[in-house]
Amino acid sequence: MQKYDVIIIGGACAGLSAALYTARRALKTIVLTRDIGGQAAITTEIENYPGTGSILGPELMNKFKDQAENAGAEIKLTQITSIRKEGDEYIVTDGTDEYQAPALILAFGLTHRVLSVPGEKELTGRGVAYCATCDGPLFKNKIVAVVGGGNSALEAVDYLSDLCQKVYMFVRGDKFRADETEMLEQVQNKANVEIRFNTSITEIVGEKKVEKVKLNDNSELELNGVFVEIGYTTQTDFLQNLVALDERGQIIVDQQGKTLTPGVFAAGDVTNTPFKQAVISAGDGAKAALSASRYVKNLKGLADKPDWNR
Amino acid sequence: MELNDQNFEQEVLKYTEGPVLVDFYAAWCGPCKMQGPIVEALAEELKSGKSRAFKVNVDSSPETTAKYEIMSIPTLIIFRNGEVKEVLMGLNNANVLKEKLEKYQ
Repeated sequence: MQKYDVIIIGGACAGLSAALYTARRALKTIVLTRDIGGQAAITTEIENYPGTGSILGPELMNKFKDQAENAGAEIKLTQITSIRKEGDEYIVTDGTDEYQAPALILAFGLTHRVLSVPGEKELTGRGVAYCATCDGPLFKNKIVAVVGGGNSALEAVDYLSDLCQKVYMFVRGDKFRADETEMLEQVQNKANVEIRFNTSITEIVGEKKVEKVKLNDNSELELNGVFVEIGYTTQTDFLQNLVALDERGQIIVDQQGKTLTPGVFAAGDVTNTPFKQAVISAGDGAKAALSASRYVKNLKGLADKPDWNR
Repeated sequence: MELNDQNFEQEVLKYTEGPVLVDFYAAWCGPCKMQGPIVEALAEELKSGKSRAFKVNVDSSPETTAKYEIMSIPTLIIFRNGEVKEVLMGLNNANVLKEKLEKYQ
Protein backbone atom coordinates (compact mmCIF):
# COMPACT_ATOMS: atom_id res chain seq x y z
CA MET A 1 0.00 0.00 0.00
CA GLN A 2 1.41 3.35 -1.02
CA LYS A 3 0.21 6.36 1.02
CA TYR A 4 -0.42 9.82 -0.40
CA ASP A 5 -2.23 13.00 0.64
CA VAL A 6 -4.06 13.28 -2.67
CA ILE A 7 -4.72 10.82 -5.47
CA ILE A 8 -5.66 12.38 -8.78
CA ILE A 9 -7.25 10.16 -11.39
CA GLY A 10 -6.72 11.49 -14.90
CA GLY A 11 -3.69 13.18 -16.44
CA ALA A 12 -4.89 15.91 -18.74
CA CYS A 13 -5.80 19.60 -18.35
CA ALA A 14 -7.80 19.21 -15.14
CA GLY A 15 -5.77 16.45 -13.47
CA LEU A 16 -2.33 17.89 -14.19
CA SER A 17 -3.37 21.39 -13.11
CA ALA A 18 -4.76 19.92 -9.89
CA ALA A 19 -1.47 18.04 -9.39
CA LEU A 20 0.52 21.24 -9.84
CA TYR A 21 -1.55 22.93 -7.16
CA THR A 22 -1.60 20.16 -4.56
CA ALA A 23 2.12 19.47 -5.05
CA ARG A 24 2.91 23.16 -4.58
CA ARG A 25 0.99 23.02 -1.31
CA ALA A 26 3.38 20.29 -0.17
CA LEU A 27 0.77 17.56 -0.40
CA LYS A 28 2.14 14.19 -1.44
CA THR A 29 0.45 13.79 -4.80
CA ILE A 30 0.14 10.99 -7.32
CA VAL A 31 -1.60 11.16 -10.68
CA LEU A 32 -2.91 7.83 -11.94
CA THR A 33 -3.75 8.01 -15.60
CA ARG A 34 -3.93 5.86 -18.70
CA ASP A 35 -2.55 8.59 -20.91
CA ILE A 36 -1.06 12.05 -20.75
CA GLY A 37 -3.06 14.94 -22.10
CA GLY A 38 -6.31 13.19 -22.98
CA GLN A 39 -8.32 14.83 -25.74
CA ALA A 40 -6.04 17.87 -25.83
CA ALA A 41 -3.05 15.66 -26.66
CA ILE A 42 -4.72 14.37 -29.80
CA THR A 43 -5.70 17.85 -30.93
CA THR A 44 -3.33 19.12 -33.58
CA GLU A 45 -3.41 22.83 -32.97
CA ILE A 46 -4.84 24.54 -29.87
CA GLU A 47 -5.49 28.19 -30.54
CA ASN A 48 -7.61 29.19 -27.55
CA TYR A 49 -5.39 28.38 -24.60
CA PRO A 50 -4.46 31.83 -23.30
CA GLY A 51 -0.82 32.78 -23.01
CA THR A 52 0.64 30.13 -25.27
CA GLY A 53 -0.36 31.48 -28.68
CA SER A 54 -1.12 28.73 -31.16
CA ILE A 55 0.40 25.51 -29.84
CA LEU A 56 0.35 21.80 -30.72
CA GLY A 57 -1.84 19.77 -28.35
CA PRO A 58 0.87 17.26 -27.34
CA GLU A 59 3.35 20.10 -26.77
CA LEU A 60 0.99 21.97 -24.46
CA MET A 61 0.17 18.81 -22.53
CA ASN A 62 3.86 17.95 -22.14
CA LYS A 63 4.31 21.35 -20.54
CA PHE A 64 1.43 20.59 -18.14
CA LYS A 65 3.08 17.27 -17.27
CA ASP A 66 6.58 18.72 -16.78
CA GLN A 67 5.27 21.54 -14.61
CA ALA A 68 3.32 19.17 -12.36
CA GLU A 69 6.32 16.83 -12.04
CA ASN A 70 8.72 19.68 -11.35
CA ALA A 71 6.40 20.81 -8.55
CA GLY A 72 6.79 17.37 -7.00
CA ALA A 73 3.81 15.38 -8.25
CA GLU A 74 4.33 11.75 -9.17
CA ILE A 75 2.68 10.53 -12.38
CA LYS A 76 1.96 6.88 -13.06
CA LEU A 77 0.61 5.48 -16.31
CA THR A 78 -1.94 2.89 -15.33
CA GLN A 79 -5.60 2.01 -15.56
CA ILE A 80 -7.47 1.95 -12.27
CA THR A 81 -9.91 -0.84 -11.59
CA SER A 82 -11.66 0.15 -8.35
CA ILE A 83 -12.03 2.71 -5.58
CA ARG A 84 -13.16 1.91 -2.05
CA LYS A 85 -13.35 3.73 1.27
CA GLU A 86 -11.87 2.56 4.56
CA GLY A 87 -12.45 4.99 7.44
CA ASP A 88 -11.27 8.43 6.32
CA GLU A 89 -9.12 6.98 3.55
CA TYR A 90 -9.80 6.11 -0.07
CA ILE A 91 -8.09 3.11 -1.59
CA VAL A 92 -7.54 3.03 -5.33
CA THR A 93 -6.35 -0.11 -7.10
CA ASP A 94 -5.06 -0.77 -10.58
CA GLY A 95 -5.06 -4.53 -10.35
CA THR A 96 -1.42 -4.69 -9.24
CA ASP A 97 -0.83 -1.88 -6.74
CA GLU A 98 -2.94 -0.11 -4.12
CA TYR A 99 -2.80 3.59 -3.37
CA GLN A 100 -4.25 5.26 -0.30
CA ALA A 101 -5.14 8.89 0.41
CA PRO A 102 -7.72 10.89 2.35
CA ALA A 103 -8.61 12.93 -0.73
CA LEU A 104 -9.38 12.03 -4.34
CA ILE A 105 -9.65 14.29 -7.34
CA LEU A 106 -11.52 12.70 -10.23
CA ALA A 107 -10.43 14.30 -13.49
CA PHE A 108 -10.41 11.58 -16.13
CA GLY A 109 -12.49 13.38 -18.71
CA LEU A 110 -14.57 11.76 -21.39
CA THR A 111 -14.06 8.60 -23.39
CA HIS A 112 -14.77 8.22 -27.09
CA ARG A 113 -18.12 6.67 -27.82
CA VAL A 114 -18.06 3.19 -29.36
CA LEU A 115 -20.33 1.60 -31.96
CA SER A 116 -21.01 -1.48 -29.80
CA VAL A 117 -21.16 -3.85 -32.78
CA PRO A 118 -19.60 -7.31 -33.05
CA GLY A 119 -15.95 -7.21 -34.08
CA GLU A 120 -15.33 -3.65 -32.93
CA LYS A 121 -13.54 -4.44 -29.69
CA GLU A 122 -11.52 -7.33 -31.11
CA LEU A 123 -10.29 -5.28 -34.07
CA THR A 124 -9.52 -2.04 -32.23
CA GLY A 125 -5.99 -1.06 -33.23
CA ARG A 126 -6.24 -3.57 -36.08
CA GLY A 127 -8.21 -1.35 -38.39
CA VAL A 128 -10.77 0.06 -35.99
CA ALA A 129 -9.61 3.50 -34.86
CA TYR A 130 -11.00 6.45 -32.94
CA CYS A 131 -8.66 9.24 -33.96
CA ALA A 132 -8.07 10.09 -37.61
CA THR A 133 -5.10 12.37 -37.04
CA CYS A 134 -3.44 9.77 -34.77
CA ASP A 135 -3.76 6.66 -36.90
CA GLY A 136 -4.77 8.02 -40.32
CA PRO A 137 -1.26 8.06 -41.84
CA LEU A 138 -1.05 4.29 -41.26
CA PHE A 139 -3.87 3.87 -43.78
CA LYS A 140 -2.16 5.54 -46.74
CA ASN A 141 -3.70 4.39 -50.05
CA LYS A 142 -6.15 2.13 -48.22
CA ILE A 143 -9.94 2.04 -48.22
CA VAL A 144 -11.52 3.33 -45.03
CA ALA A 145 -14.88 4.34 -43.63
CA VAL A 146 -15.67 7.15 -41.22
CA VAL A 147 -18.72 6.67 -39.03
CA GLY A 148 -20.56 9.77 -37.85
CA GLY A 149 -22.32 12.88 -39.09
CA GLY A 150 -20.90 15.58 -36.85
CA ASN A 151 -18.01 18.02 -37.15
CA SER A 152 -15.37 15.58 -35.95
CA ALA A 153 -16.52 12.99 -38.49
CA LEU A 154 -16.38 15.57 -41.23
CA GLU A 155 -12.90 16.67 -40.21
CA ALA A 156 -11.80 13.04 -40.23
CA VAL A 157 -13.16 12.52 -43.75
CA ASP A 158 -11.45 15.68 -44.95
CA TYR A 159 -8.14 14.60 -43.44
CA LEU A 160 -8.29 10.97 -44.56
CA SER A 161 -9.37 11.80 -48.11
CA ASP A 162 -5.93 13.31 -48.71
CA LEU A 163 -4.22 10.07 -47.65
CA CYS A 164 -6.51 7.21 -48.51
CA GLN A 165 -7.51 5.68 -51.80
CA LYS A 166 -11.19 5.89 -50.89
CA VAL A 167 -13.17 7.20 -47.92
CA TYR A 168 -16.74 6.16 -47.21
CA MET A 169 -18.73 8.26 -44.79
CA PHE A 170 -21.58 6.50 -43.01
CA VAL A 171 -24.19 8.85 -41.55
CA ARG A 172 -26.87 7.19 -39.45
CA GLY A 173 -29.60 9.75 -40.14
CA ASP A 174 -30.70 11.33 -43.41
CA LYS A 175 -28.61 14.47 -42.98
CA PHE A 176 -25.41 15.85 -41.45
CA ARG A 177 -25.24 17.11 -37.89
CA ALA A 178 -22.15 19.05 -38.86
CA ASP A 179 -22.42 22.83 -38.98
CA GLU A 180 -19.15 23.59 -40.74
CA THR A 181 -20.70 24.40 -44.09
CA GLU A 182 -17.41 25.23 -45.78
CA MET A 183 -15.84 21.90 -44.93
CA LEU A 184 -19.05 20.11 -45.78
CA GLU A 185 -18.89 21.45 -49.31
CA GLN A 186 -15.19 20.69 -49.57
CA VAL A 187 -15.74 17.09 -48.52
CA GLN A 188 -18.75 16.55 -50.77
CA ASN A 189 -16.72 17.66 -53.78
CA LYS A 190 -13.88 15.20 -53.29
CA ALA A 191 -13.69 12.48 -55.92
CA ASN A 192 -12.60 9.75 -53.52
CA VAL A 193 -15.28 10.44 -50.90
CA GLU A 194 -18.60 8.59 -50.94
CA ILE A 195 -21.23 9.71 -48.46
CA ARG A 196 -23.98 7.26 -47.52
CA PHE A 197 -26.90 8.45 -45.43
CA ASN A 198 -29.22 6.20 -43.37
CA THR A 199 -26.29 3.85 -43.09
CA SER A 200 -24.84 2.13 -40.06
CA ILE A 201 -22.40 -0.70 -39.49
CA THR A 202 -23.89 -3.84 -37.95
CA GLU A 203 -20.69 -5.88 -37.79
CA ILE A 204 -16.97 -5.42 -38.39
CA VAL A 205 -15.41 -8.55 -39.87
CA GLY A 206 -11.78 -9.65 -40.01
CA GLU A 207 -9.51 -12.41 -38.84
CA LYS A 208 -6.38 -10.51 -37.81
CA LYS A 209 -7.37 -7.10 -39.15
CA VAL A 210 -10.41 -5.38 -40.56
CA GLU A 211 -11.44 -6.96 -43.87
CA LYS A 212 -15.01 -5.85 -44.37
CA VAL A 213 -18.10 -4.40 -42.70
CA LYS A 214 -21.70 -5.50 -42.75
CA LEU A 215 -24.22 -2.70 -43.13
CA ASN A 216 -27.81 -2.18 -42.01
CA ASP A 217 -29.15 -2.88 -45.52
CA ASN A 218 -27.55 -6.35 -45.30
CA SER A 219 -24.87 -5.45 -47.83
CA GLU A 220 -21.16 -5.95 -47.26
CA LEU A 221 -18.28 -3.66 -48.07
CA GLU A 222 -14.60 -4.58 -48.25
CA LEU A 223 -12.29 -2.08 -46.59
CA ASN A 224 -9.17 -1.77 -44.44
CA GLY A 225 -10.14 0.65 -41.74
CA VAL A 226 -13.08 2.02 -39.75
CA PHE A 227 -12.75 5.39 -38.03
CA VAL A 228 -15.41 5.86 -35.38
CA GLU A 229 -16.14 9.56 -34.89
CA ILE A 230 -19.41 9.64 -32.98
CA GLY A 231 -18.46 11.84 -30.08
CA TYR A 232 -17.53 11.40 -26.46
CA THR A 233 -19.27 10.08 -23.39
CA THR A 234 -18.68 9.68 -19.65
CA GLN A 235 -17.35 6.41 -18.28
CA THR A 236 -18.46 6.75 -14.69
CA ASP A 237 -20.62 3.67 -14.05
CA PHE A 238 -18.05 2.34 -11.60
CA LEU A 239 -18.45 5.49 -9.48
CA GLN A 240 -22.19 5.07 -8.86
CA ASN A 241 -21.75 4.13 -5.21
CA LEU A 242 -19.10 6.77 -4.58
CA VAL A 243 -20.37 10.08 -5.96
CA ALA A 244 -23.57 11.63 -7.27
CA LEU A 245 -23.91 11.60 -11.04
CA ASP A 246 -26.32 13.52 -13.24
CA GLU A 247 -28.52 11.95 -15.91
CA ARG A 248 -25.67 12.04 -18.41
CA GLY A 249 -23.32 10.25 -16.03
CA GLN A 250 -21.37 13.41 -15.25
CA ILE A 251 -20.03 13.90 -11.71
CA ILE A 252 -21.99 16.60 -9.91
CA VAL A 253 -19.71 19.23 -8.35
CA ASP A 254 -20.31 22.54 -6.62
CA GLN A 255 -18.50 25.81 -7.29
CA GLN A 256 -15.50 24.62 -5.29
CA GLY A 257 -15.06 21.34 -7.14
CA LYS A 258 -16.51 19.30 -4.28
CA THR A 259 -18.72 16.31 -4.94
CA LEU A 260 -21.43 15.39 -2.45
CA THR A 261 -19.00 12.85 -0.93
CA PRO A 262 -16.55 14.24 1.66
CA GLY A 263 -12.95 13.95 0.48
CA VAL A 264 -13.89 13.39 -3.16
CA PHE A 265 -13.36 16.26 -5.58
CA ALA A 266 -13.75 16.39 -9.34
CA ALA A 267 -12.80 18.67 -12.21
CA GLY A 268 -12.90 19.03 -15.96
CA ASP A 269 -14.93 17.30 -18.64
CA VAL A 270 -16.00 14.42 -16.40
CA THR A 271 -18.04 16.85 -14.27
CA ASN A 272 -21.31 18.62 -14.96
CA THR A 273 -19.46 21.77 -16.05
CA PRO A 274 -21.42 23.14 -19.02
CA PHE A 275 -18.30 23.94 -21.06
CA LYS A 276 -15.73 21.37 -22.15
CA GLN A 277 -12.66 23.48 -22.81
CA ALA A 278 -8.97 23.06 -21.96
CA VAL A 279 -8.70 26.37 -20.11
CA ILE A 280 -11.86 25.69 -18.12
CA SER A 281 -10.65 22.23 -17.14
CA ALA A 282 -7.33 23.69 -16.04
CA GLY A 283 -9.09 26.29 -13.90
CA ASP A 284 -11.46 23.73 -12.44
CA GLY A 285 -8.51 21.47 -11.65
CA ALA A 286 -6.85 24.23 -9.67
CA LYS A 287 -10.11 24.90 -7.83
CA ALA A 288 -10.66 21.25 -6.90
CA ALA A 289 -7.01 21.06 -5.77
CA LEU A 290 -7.39 24.04 -3.43
CA SER A 291 -10.56 22.54 -1.95
CA ALA A 292 -8.83 19.17 -1.54
CA SER A 293 -5.85 20.85 0.09
CA ARG A 294 -8.09 22.59 2.61
CA TYR A 295 -9.89 19.32 3.33
CA VAL A 296 -6.67 17.32 3.89
CA LYS A 297 -5.07 19.97 6.09
CA ASN A 298 -8.22 20.25 8.21
CA LEU A 299 -8.20 16.51 8.63
CA LYS A 300 -4.54 16.59 9.72
CA GLY A 301 -5.07 19.64 11.93
CA LEU A 302 -2.68 21.77 9.86
CA ALA A 303 -3.19 25.35 8.74
CA ASP A 304 -3.85 25.63 5.00
CA LYS A 305 -1.42 28.32 3.96
CA PRO A 306 -2.31 30.40 0.94
CA ASP A 307 -0.45 29.77 -2.29
CA TRP A 308 1.12 33.24 -2.44
CA ASN A 309 3.43 32.42 0.47
CA ARG A 310 5.47 30.26 -1.88
CA MET B 1 18.43 3.11 -30.36
CA GLU B 2 16.56 3.52 -33.57
CA LEU B 3 16.18 0.71 -36.09
CA ASN B 4 15.17 0.75 -39.75
CA ASP B 5 14.19 -1.67 -42.52
CA GLN B 6 17.85 -2.48 -43.10
CA ASN B 7 18.98 -3.48 -39.61
CA PHE B 8 15.68 -4.70 -38.10
CA GLU B 9 16.29 -8.33 -39.01
CA GLN B 10 19.80 -8.37 -37.60
CA GLU B 11 19.02 -6.56 -34.34
CA VAL B 12 15.58 -8.02 -33.58
CA LEU B 13 14.82 -11.22 -35.49
CA LYS B 14 18.31 -12.74 -35.27
CA TYR B 15 18.88 -11.79 -31.64
CA THR B 16 18.60 -14.92 -29.50
CA GLU B 17 20.06 -13.84 -26.13
CA GLY B 18 16.76 -12.52 -24.78
CA PRO B 19 13.48 -10.76 -25.60
CA VAL B 20 13.43 -7.61 -27.73
CA LEU B 21 10.92 -4.82 -27.30
CA VAL B 22 10.18 -2.63 -30.32
CA ASP B 23 8.30 0.67 -30.06
CA PHE B 24 6.68 1.61 -33.37
CA TYR B 25 6.20 5.37 -33.40
CA ALA B 26 5.90 8.48 -35.58
CA ALA B 27 6.81 12.11 -35.21
CA TRP B 28 3.17 13.16 -35.72
CA CYS B 29 1.81 10.95 -32.95
CA GLY B 30 1.13 12.68 -29.62
CA PRO B 31 1.10 9.65 -27.31
CA CYS B 32 4.34 8.43 -28.97
CA LYS B 33 6.07 11.52 -27.60
CA MET B 34 5.22 10.24 -24.12
CA GLN B 35 6.12 6.62 -24.88
CA GLY B 36 9.46 7.43 -26.56
CA PRO B 37 11.39 8.63 -23.51
CA ILE B 38 10.08 5.67 -21.48
CA VAL B 39 11.45 3.20 -24.06
CA GLU B 40 14.73 5.11 -24.41
CA ALA B 41 15.30 5.02 -20.64
CA LEU B 42 14.39 1.34 -20.58
CA ALA B 43 16.82 0.56 -23.43
CA GLU B 44 19.61 2.20 -21.41
CA GLU B 45 18.67 0.24 -18.30
CA LEU B 46 18.50 -3.08 -20.16
CA LYS B 47 21.98 -2.73 -21.65
CA SER B 48 23.58 -4.58 -18.75
CA GLY B 49 21.19 -7.54 -19.17
CA LYS B 50 20.06 -9.65 -22.08
CA SER B 51 16.78 -7.93 -23.01
CA ARG B 52 16.83 -5.18 -25.61
CA ALA B 53 14.57 -2.25 -26.52
CA PHE B 54 14.46 -0.32 -29.78
CA LYS B 55 12.36 2.27 -31.59
CA VAL B 56 11.14 2.06 -35.18
CA ASN B 57 9.83 5.13 -36.99
CA VAL B 58 6.85 3.95 -39.07
CA ASP B 59 7.40 6.62 -41.73
CA SER B 60 11.05 5.82 -42.38
CA SER B 61 10.64 2.03 -42.04
CA PRO B 62 7.64 1.26 -44.25
CA GLU B 63 8.56 -2.41 -44.91
CA THR B 64 8.81 -3.39 -41.27
CA THR B 65 5.68 -1.38 -40.45
CA ALA B 66 3.74 -3.17 -43.20
CA LYS B 67 5.11 -6.59 -42.27
CA TYR B 68 3.83 -6.30 -38.70
CA GLU B 69 0.62 -4.60 -39.84
CA ILE B 70 0.98 -1.63 -37.55
CA MET B 71 -2.37 0.20 -37.66
CA SER B 72 -2.25 2.15 -34.44
CA ILE B 73 0.63 3.84 -32.69
CA PRO B 74 2.30 3.61 -30.33
CA THR B 75 2.34 -0.18 -30.79
CA LEU B 76 4.91 -2.12 -28.79
CA ILE B 77 5.87 -5.62 -29.88
CA ILE B 78 7.89 -8.09 -27.84
CA PHE B 79 9.94 -10.53 -29.94
CA ARG B 80 11.74 -13.65 -28.76
CA ASN B 81 13.94 -15.60 -31.19
CA GLY B 82 12.36 -13.69 -34.06
CA GLU B 83 8.80 -14.53 -33.08
CA VAL B 84 6.11 -12.07 -32.01
CA LYS B 85 5.25 -12.90 -28.41
CA GLU B 86 3.14 -9.96 -27.37
CA VAL B 87 1.58 -6.86 -28.92
CA LEU B 88 0.76 -3.88 -26.70
CA MET B 89 -1.15 -0.87 -27.96
CA GLY B 90 -1.23 2.59 -26.45
CA LEU B 91 0.90 4.07 -23.70
CA ASN B 92 2.60 1.65 -21.32
CA ASN B 93 4.75 2.45 -18.32
CA ALA B 94 8.25 1.09 -17.77
CA ASN B 95 7.21 -1.39 -15.06
CA VAL B 96 4.63 -3.03 -17.29
CA LEU B 97 7.18 -3.33 -20.09
CA LYS B 98 9.82 -4.78 -17.77
CA GLU B 99 7.40 -7.35 -16.39
CA LYS B 100 6.43 -8.42 -19.91
CA LEU B 101 10.07 -8.73 -20.95
CA GLU B 102 10.90 -10.83 -17.89
CA LYS B 103 8.27 -13.34 -18.98
CA TYR B 104 10.31 -14.09 -22.09
CA GLN B 105 13.82 -14.18 -20.63
